[in-house]
Amino acid sequence: MGASAQRVLIPTLLIGAMFIFIYLPVATLVVFSFHDGRVPVPPFKGPTLDWYVRILANPKVTGATMNSILVGVVSSAVAVALATLAAWGLARHRIPGRRLVEALILLPLAVSYLVIGVGLMVAYSSGFLGKSLVLVGIGHVVLNLPLAFAIIYVQFDREQAKLEIAARDLGATEAQVFFRVTLPSVRVALIAAFVLCFTFSWDEFIVAYLLSGFDPTLPIVIFSLLRTGLDPQTNAAGTLVFLVSIVAAIIFELIRIRKTTRDPAL
Amino acid sequence: MTQPSDLALEDVSKLFGLQRAVDQVSLRIEAGNYVVLLGPSGSGKTTLLSILGGFTAPTAGRVTIGGADMTLTQPAKRPTATVFQDYALFPHMSVAENVGFGLSVRGVAKPEIAARVNAALALVDLAGFGARAISAASGGQRQRIALARALVIEPAILLLDEPLGALDLHLRRQMQDELRAIQRREGRTFVHVTHDQEEAMAIADTIVIINNGKIEDEGSPSRIYWRPRTRFSASFMGESTILSAKQTEAGMAETPLGNLPVVGLYGAHVAIRPESVLFEPAGNSTLLGTLSITEATFQGSFARLKGRIGQTEISAKVDPRRAPPVGASLPAFLAPDGAVLLTE
Repeated sequence: MGASAQRVLIPTLLIGAMFIFIYLPVATLVVFSFHDGRVPVPPFKGPTLDWYVRILANPKVTGATMNSILVGVVSSAVAVALATLAAWGLARHRIPGRRLVEALILLPLAVSYLVIGVGLMVAYSSGFLGKSLVLVGIGHVVLNLPLAFAIIYVQFDREQAKLEIAARDLGATEAQVFFRVTLPSVRVALIAAFVLCFTFSWDEFIVAYLLSGFDPTLPIVIFSLLRTGLDPQTNAAGTLVFLVSIVAAIIFELIRIRKTTRDPAL
Repeated sequence: MTQPSDLALEDVSKLFGLQRAVDQVSLRIEAGNYVVLLGPSGSGKTTLLSILGGFTAPTAGRVTIGGADMTLTQPAKRPTATVFQDYALFPHMSVAENVGFGLSVRGVAKPEIAARVNAALALVDLAGFGARAISAASGGQRQRIALARALVIEPAILLLDEPLGALDLHLRRQMQDELRAIQRREGRTFVHVTHDQEEAMAIADTIVIINNGKIEDEGSPSRIYWRPRTRFSASFMGESTILSAKQTEAGMAETPLGNLPVVGLYGAHVAIRPESVLFEPAGNSTLLGTLSITEATFQGSFARLKGRIGQTEISAKVDPRRAPPVGASLPAFLAPDGAVLLTE
């Protein structure tokens, strides 16, 4: 074997091994969701859609799915809205301590989910808000706000500031500037931030586990299914969760690609 | 707002920290003029334009438009519109939406917007481009769209911040002619900032030369070119040989090249344009001395020469077909009115 063949072969093997480590568990999960047997272990029998039929008929699962969608949509919308206002305000005004405020907004990215979850639980359990979906939603806003802020903040650059100056020069009021120039000119980033926040909320476990109480989200229900024993029904649920995340990730990438090809200057 | 108005700056200054970007500038611009603010980068010309547009508040002084004090008026409320250096077109809108923006935020009815947008696009030679995306427009087209967007709101004064800087030479020449033609047709006041002296000369009714935040010179292009007031304007507007001078009697001054006839009232220096150095005597020309050529550069329609008369360096311009070779020595003459006294 020549040296050049080796130069290609060894990295190829390493990369291949890496992808197997990453995707083999997911692939196993998906494959055994179609398994025609009571326990999801080899050899594979089937395929069958029985487990999907059962899982979709399970009121616990469908209820939790609705909870997850509700928490995901609302918390992402709130996170994006707050992040947009914070980013615009910080980018357009020279306020004292701007760096500090930026750092405080971004800090939760570095704090463990467990700490945030326990903190929210302690802070609210004694107060007016018991464990509930609302509290999970608040937790997810806390988790996703820094992410949304980071994505949106970079959009308000000098070029974007020039657009607002031009709009004012042409006679626009502050409201017209914001709704007709500021928001539309960063809308791609807003959608991207929303989709990303939704995917994180969709499969977030720790905060939801600590705070959801009697309104579990989908990851919590799947976890409780696991405790009653290994069952292809769990694989089917996991596959569905994974599918939603993948679709969201693809949407995010498509938005990004579309944006870069449409306007290479940005 | 369609009425053309005079524009005046009274003792306007702008400080950035300790730096005086604009230093006690007073300027009157008559309605319907094409005025070019010309200066090197960092001279304060862009700050001055920004004060006119209302984007920068002056530290001191007054800005009036049509007699009304506009010093602290917001850009949206001024009868001005700006064509920005990088155009600042709205990327999420079509060409027509960009041009119609100023009318739309004023609540003008849709059919009227459509008609006025079409007229504005026709004015800049972009009829039929309305539905296109901004990202599909070329540099020259973007420039025209920005111009149409500013003109459609019928500003009394149009401010242009280095509007041709991003275009290549050919397109720049073409747009200079078009800007000039549009300004004539519309009869509006245009205030145009540039660092390109050729652009200024080609386009302006009045050139205002700015350096270090102050006005160095102000007047018609030909006046500023042939009778520069200061050393700075003589060397910034094209090339000049500058010699120290001491007036001996009216119209004469003692220079390193002898006692020469000069124009102007007073000053300690004279400027001589390269094209005022002749190699054949003409009526009323004055012998400068024997010029030995040290450098000759072919520039197409002319050749640039550098040489010495004694210890004094002189620049000259000649027909390239008759350019003397480097090392040649020949008599040089000063054209009538070729030496101009500089007051500062």
